[in-house]
Amino acid sequence: MTKGRVVFACIFAVIGWPVMAEEIGNAERGKEVFNQCSGCHQVGRGAENAIGPHLNGIFGRRAGSVGGDYRYSKGLERAGNDGLEWHLDTLDAYIENPKALVSGTRMSFRGIKKPQDRADVLAYLRIYSDNPQNIPEADPTALPPEVDLPDEVLALAGDPAYGEYLSSECKTCHQADGNDDGIPSITNWPEEDFIVAMHAYKRKLRPHPVMQMMAGRLSDEEIAALAAYFAEIE
Amino acid sequence: MTLNRRAFIGTGAAAATVLSAPMLGAQGKPRVVVVGGGAGGATAARYAAKDSDGAIDVTLVEPTRAYYTCFFSNLYIGGFRDLSSIGHSYGTLASDFGVNVVHDWAVGIDRDAKTVSLAGGAVLPYDRLILSPGIDFVDDAVPGWSVAAQNKMPHAYKAGSQTELLKAQIEAMPEGGLYAMVAPPNPYRCPPGPYERVSMVAHLLKEINPTAKILIADPKAKFSKMALFQEGWQKHYGGMIDWIGPDFGGGNVSVNPDEMNLDIDGVVENVDVCNVIPAQKAGRICEMAGITEGNWAPVVPATMQSRMDENIHVLGDSTNQGDMPKSGYSANSQAKVAVMAIRGALTGSRVFPAKFSNTCWSLINTDDGVKVGASYQATDEKIAKVDGFISQTGEDSALRKATYEESLGWYAGITEDMFG
Repeated sequence: MTKGRVVFACIFAVIGWPVMAEEIGNAERGKEVFNQCSGCHQVGRGAENAIGPHLNGIFGRRAGSVGGDYRYSKGLERAGNDGLEWHLDTLDAYIENPKALVSGTRMSFRGIKKPQDRADVLAYLRIYSDNPQNIPEADPTALPPEVDLPDEVLALAGDPAYGEYLSSECKTCHQADGNDDGIPSITNWPEEDFIVAMHAYKRKLRPHPVMQMMAGRLSDEEIAALAAYFAEIE
Repeated sequence: MTLNRRAFIGTGAAAATVLSAPMLGAQGKPRVVVVGGGAGGATAARYAAKDSDGAIDVTLVEPTRAYYTCFFSNLYIGGFRDLSSIGHSYGTLASDFGVNVVHDWAVGIDRDAKTVSLAGGAVLPYDRLILSPGIDFVDDAVPGWSVAAQNKMPHAYKAGSQTELLKAQIEAMPEGGLYAMVAPPNPYRCPPGPYERVSMVAHLLKEINPTAKILIADPKAKFSKMALFQEGWQKHYGGMIDWIGPDFGGGNVSVNPDEMNLDIDGVVENVDVCNVIPAQKAGRICEMAGITEGNWAPVVPATMQSRMDENIHVLGDSTNQGDMPKSGYSANSQAKVAVMAIRGALTGSRVFPAKFSNTCWSLINTDDGVKVGASYQATDEKIAKVDGFISQTGEDSALRKATYEESLGWYAGITEDMFG
């Protein structure tokens, strides 16, 4: 991914975030941050699947593919089949707000809000991935400048009548009765979850070509309108 | 209670359902008549009734009581679906949405009087008319073939009894026999359809008659999802399928239904099954209404109004609209735009910018699904493509399986969106 963009110099260097977006973060500090993950996830020598899958070799791995007898949620399995791979950008989005990237994930984690903390913990995890760590082509390279949504986008008041019209396009595939065979259900979503998920498709962080296309042409206002409409129906 | 009412309206005689209109409280309301209860017409009737909350009187004219979707009919041929699973009735449109469903043929349109006359004798007045009649075949498109020969050489391009007949003929082929398809020229309904069909026929034959062969005579040098189908045919059905493009005479074909042979560029082949999919045109009612230009009905992209008559909207396969393929998904998408425009005109409801989309899934073999799709917007001249995607060759089996499963979800979703 993003070949030859940045030289990954030294993961232990203390480098300001996001001034130098090229570097991940401070792995030493990341080890501390990882304490909030270690209740469920193991990483390092002898790590095994526990409540969550082990995280050795997570970089470059397809979502939902740790192997062994680990059983993923339907949502994560689906995301993996759709082509979601764990790289710096997708991992960053996932640990910021798991549900924004993967609907129905069993990772019940409120997310790490501070970009610096996420960068640090990812730098720490990166130590335990196999790919060579210090050549340009190796994962990680750079983070996209921003994956979280500005407050004003989240605060947009949607027009539910417009949302109702726009939603007719969703209902071509997503069943109105909430059935989720083959295609996920979109009923009963909290408004904010809906908005971040649609923006994750729009930015092509979430995989799936149909959804990337559908979300890609929606403006911030249109996404807000859809969210307002879906929040109104039971 | 619902059941009784549904049973009454869904299966009652045409006259009875016409008489039931006043019971629905039609007096003084704007009237929308929809001709054709397929992907476009059923969606339009449902959305017009649902979104207007009873403010519009909606009548749907459709001769058949059970509608078999063309999409997924190939999966029936391949043995992945039974026929009943692709059949839909109009009962819910009547009982839950108040659509006045009339099982009759529309045989004439008086554009000045704004009325539709039915074969049964009834005359339906309208404020806006929606025509969604699907396709008909161009006369003499394949020399030797006519609709009169469709039992010997089925088209199976309107789903239902033709699809059943074609499957039965394939199952009855002698060991090592030959199935031939005469593929249509552009534009036609469901661009990947003939090639998904070949895949499904191959799947069926591989199970019951593995030495049988498939021959496709094609007037097109390129077809929808060509690389994906050819990869799949090579992988799953190596040596079984022979595609003859225009460079080798695939566009110069005539058939002889009595002798069961076809002539491809002067070479006569005896065949056991001959699936003739002729060149197509707008459903005949469009021609009768005088709104066609060439074979199709041109429309205004933002509203799907006929360019010849602003009180008539045309949907789906019959239209000449620009970049969208003729598909059930497209018709469903266009229906929503048309209904929004009609509601705006008749009841003053808000009108938003038209957005269109389409995705076509095709099944190549068990758990080997592919898709192609695009989004569209209305410009002055045409419905113009904005963005699109297509499955890639060499995709892994997990993704192909997920794509197939997605198509099952889509089928459930879109048929619920059409028929309730």
